[in-house]
Amino acid sequence: MGWQRKILRVNLTEGTCTAEPLNMAWAAQYLGQRGLASKYLFEEVDPKVDPLSPENKLIFATGPLTGTIASTGGRYSVITKGALTGAIACSNSGGYFGAELKMAGWDMIIFEGRAPKPVYLYIENDHAELVDAGDLWGGSVWHTQEAIQKRHQDPQIRVAAIGRAGENQVLFACVVNDLHRAAGRSGVGAVMGSKNLKAVAVRGTLGVAGIKDPQRFLEATAAAKKVLAEHPVTSQGLPKYGTQVLMNVINEVGALPTRNAREVQFEGAPKISGEAMHEPRPTDGKPNLVRNAACFACTIACGRISRIDPNHFTVKNKPEYWGASGGLEYENAWSLGADTGVDDLEALTYANFICNEHGMDPISFGATVAAAMELYEMGVLTTEHTGGLELRFGSAEALARLAELTAHGEGFGREIGLGSRRLCEKYGHPELSMTVKGQEFPAYDPRGIQGMGLTYATSNRGACHLRSYTVASEVLGIPHKTDPLSPDGKAELVKAFQDATAAWDSTGLCLFTSFAWTLADIAPQIDAACEGEWTVERLAETGERIWNLEREFNLRAGLTAKDDTLPRRLLEEPARSGPAKGKVNELGKMLPEYYRVRGWGEDGVPTTETRQRLGL
Amino acid sequence: MLRSLHIDPGKCTGCLQCELACSLRNDGVMNPARSRIKVFAFHDEGRFVPYTCTQCAEAWCMQACPVEAIRVNTATGAKEVVASLCVGCKVCTIACPFGTVNYRADTGKVIKCDLCGGDPACAAACPTAAITYIDAEWTGLERMRQWAARASAAQPQA
Repeated sequence: MGWQRKILRVNLTEGTCTAEPLNMAWAAQYLGQRGLASKYLFEEVDPKVDPLSPENKLIFATGPLTGTIASTGGRYSVITKGALTGAIACSNSGGYFGAELKMAGWDMIIFEGRAPKPVYLYIENDHAELVDAGDLWGGSVWHTQEAIQKRHQDPQIRVAAIGRAGENQVLFACVVNDLHRAAGRSGVGAVMGSKNLKAVAVRGTLGVAGIKDPQRFLEATAAAKKVLAEHPVTSQGLPKYGTQVLMNVINEVGALPTRNAREVQFEGAPKISGEAMHEPRPTDGKPNLVRNAACFACTIACGRISRIDPNHFTVKNKPEYWGASGGLEYENAWSLGADTGVDDLEALTYANFICNEHGMDPISFGATVAAAMELYEMGVLTTEHTGGLELRFGSAEALARLAELTAHGEGFGREIGLGSRRLCEKYGHPELSMTVKGQEFPAYDPRGIQGMGLTYATSNRGACHLRSYTVASEVLGIPHKTDPLSPDGKAELVKAFQDATAAWDSTGLCLFTSFAWTLADIAPQIDAACEGEWTVERLAETGERIWNLEREFNLRAGLTAKDDTLPRRLLEEPARSGPAKGKVNELGKMLPEYYRVRGWGEDGVPTTETRQRLGL
Repeated sequence: MLRSLHIDPGKCTGCLQCELACSLRNDGVMNPARSRIKVFAFHDEGRFVPYTCTQCAEAWCMQACPVEAIRVNTATGAKEVVASLCVGCKVCTIACPFGTVNYRADTGKVIKCDLCGGDPACAAACPTAAITYIDAEWTGLERMRQWAARASAAQPQA
C-alpha cells in the first residue's frame, strides 16, 4: 500500500487526539505528503484566515515512500497557511523524524485550534497524547529534544520542535527536527508557536509493511540506488562538498546575489565555499567540516557536520557551541555570507548554529539582515534604531549579534524577525526587499539565470528555488542544457520542473535525487509500493494537479497575478559584472507565455477547461 | 575461509540502510526497531558507529544459555538463536559484554545477528562500504595498509 492509511487529528483547543482513516480517494489523486496535505488544507481551512489564528491548521505529512528502503525515503512536509507570506506554505525536511512518524503507523498529523497553554504531542505507535510543555517553553530546539528524551527515558525518540523564534513569532521561524534538519521556509514555525505547540515527539516501532509488491519494490529501489551511485553529482559532488559544491560555480556564472542583490558576484565566495570548508584553518589547523552525514535511508549523504574554531570570537567562552553540529548548506552560506558581504566562514557557521538551535530560516534571516544593512548604509537606519550595532555590509560581528537578538526576540532583532518585506516597508523602502509574495528569494540571481526569475515570481509559497530548480538545466545541463541568459523556452521549462517537483515532494523522497533521477526512476518505485498504476504520465499529471490546487488556495486567499512579480532591482538594475553584465530579468517576456502553457487566463487564473481536465 | 563483518565508522553516514535491510531480511518489514545491527550517533563528535554481534569465539551468550538455544553455524561461525528452543530467560542478554543480544517482548525470544547465513544484508545494503564482509583473519588489513602507506611516505627518498 505504501500508505499507513491512518491520520492523527489533534485538536489543541480541546486537548483531544483522534485517529481517522486516510482519504484514499484523495491519495489516488494527490499521492501523499505535499500534495495530499495541501488537499486536506484546501478542504478544511478558509484561505482568508489569519495564519497565526487558531482557525489555521498545521499538517505534518509523510509520503508513501517515507520510512521505506528507497534511497532518501525519509522526508516529511509541514503544510499550513504561511506566516511570512499568507500563501499556502509547504516546507520539507529530512533527518529521521518523518520515517519515525510513519513507523509509528501514521501518514499525517493535523493540528487544529490553539492549546490554552504550551504543550507537546507525544506519540508512541498507536498511543498519542498532549503533554504539558510549560517547562520547555523558552528553551531551544536542542534543549527540547534532550529534555523530552530524558522525560520518556528513550534516547531513540525523534523530535521536531520550535525554538524561541517560533515562540516569539519570528515570521520566518521554522520547525527543526533531529537537531539540525528543518522544515525551513515560509514561517511554519511561527504557526506552530501560535498554537502553543512546542514539539512533536515520536517513537515508532511498527515499521513499514504492506508494500504492494515487495520483490518488485526491492528491485526498483536497488536499480534506482545504482543510478545515484553512478551519477557524478550524487556520488561525488554532493557527498564531498554538499550543496556548497555550488558556491564557486554560481559565483562564476554571475548569479550570486551579493550585498542585498546590488551585485551578482562576491569576491569572498572562495572563502565561504565548500572547498574552503575542507581547508585546515590557519588558527587551529583543523578544517571547518568534520564530515558528511545522511538523512534516513539516503545513499547520497550531502549533509554537512561542522565544528567552529573554539577560539573564534563568536564562541569564545561558549563551550555549548564547541561540538560538531549541522554546518553550512549552500543557501545558508550565501544568505549569511555573500548577501551580507561577510566572508568569515566561522561566523557564518555560528549564525547557522543559532538558526538551528532556535529555529529560524537562515535564508530569510540572512536576506533580511542584508536589507537592513543596505538601509543602514543609506542612512535610513542608524545606530539609534539598531541599539548601537553598526550594520555595515561585511560585518561578521553584526551578523552574529543579530542572529542572537532575532532568535531571542530582543532589541533590533524584533524588527529583523518581521522579515525583509515588512522591515523595508516600515522604513519606507519596499523596493529594497528582495522578496516575492513576502518571502526572501534564495541564492540564485535571476539576472544571471533567467528561469529562476520566472520560478520565483510564480512560486506558490513565495520566492523559492525548490519549486522549479531550473539551475539544473540552465547551469548544470540536467537533463539538457539551456542558455541561462535567455528567456526563450523558460516558460515550458519552469512548468515542467514545477509539476515534476510537486510530484517529487509528494512521494517521501528527496528532491536532490533529481540530479540523477527523472520521474522514470521514481515511477517504478511508487508503482511497486502503492496500489493503483503509477506511470510517469500519472506522476506528472499529479504534480500539475497539486500546482493548480495550491494556486487556487492562493487566489482564494486574495493573491492575484500582480503578486507574480519580482523586486524592481531585478527588473530594472542591470547586473554589474560577470557573464550577465548589463542584463536584467526578462520576466515580462516569460510570464504571459507561462500563463498560456499553464492553461490559465491572462489574469493568471486557471481556465474552466484546465480545472476540469485536472479534476479540481 | 571464515568471514566476518568489518565495520569502519569513519565511512558511516548514518543513513540506516543497514538497519532497514536487516529487519527486512529477518522479519520481512522495514523497521530499524527490529534490526540486529544498530547505528549509534554521537552528535557532538559528528560520528556514526554501526554496531552488532562480533561472533566471539567463546561466545558468552552461548555458554550462559541454560537450554542450549544458541548454537554455532559451522559454515559461517555465527552464533545463532534457535527460536524453538529459546525460553526468553534473557540470561544471554546479561552475559553478552557488548549488548548485542536483545529480547523481543512480542515474541518472547531473543534476537541477534546470525550473519544472514553467510550473506549479510547489512553489508550488501551499505552505500559507503562502512560495513563489509571480509576474511575474518584479516579484518585489520586495510588499516595496516593505511599505516604502511604513511610509513612509506615518511621514508627519506634515496
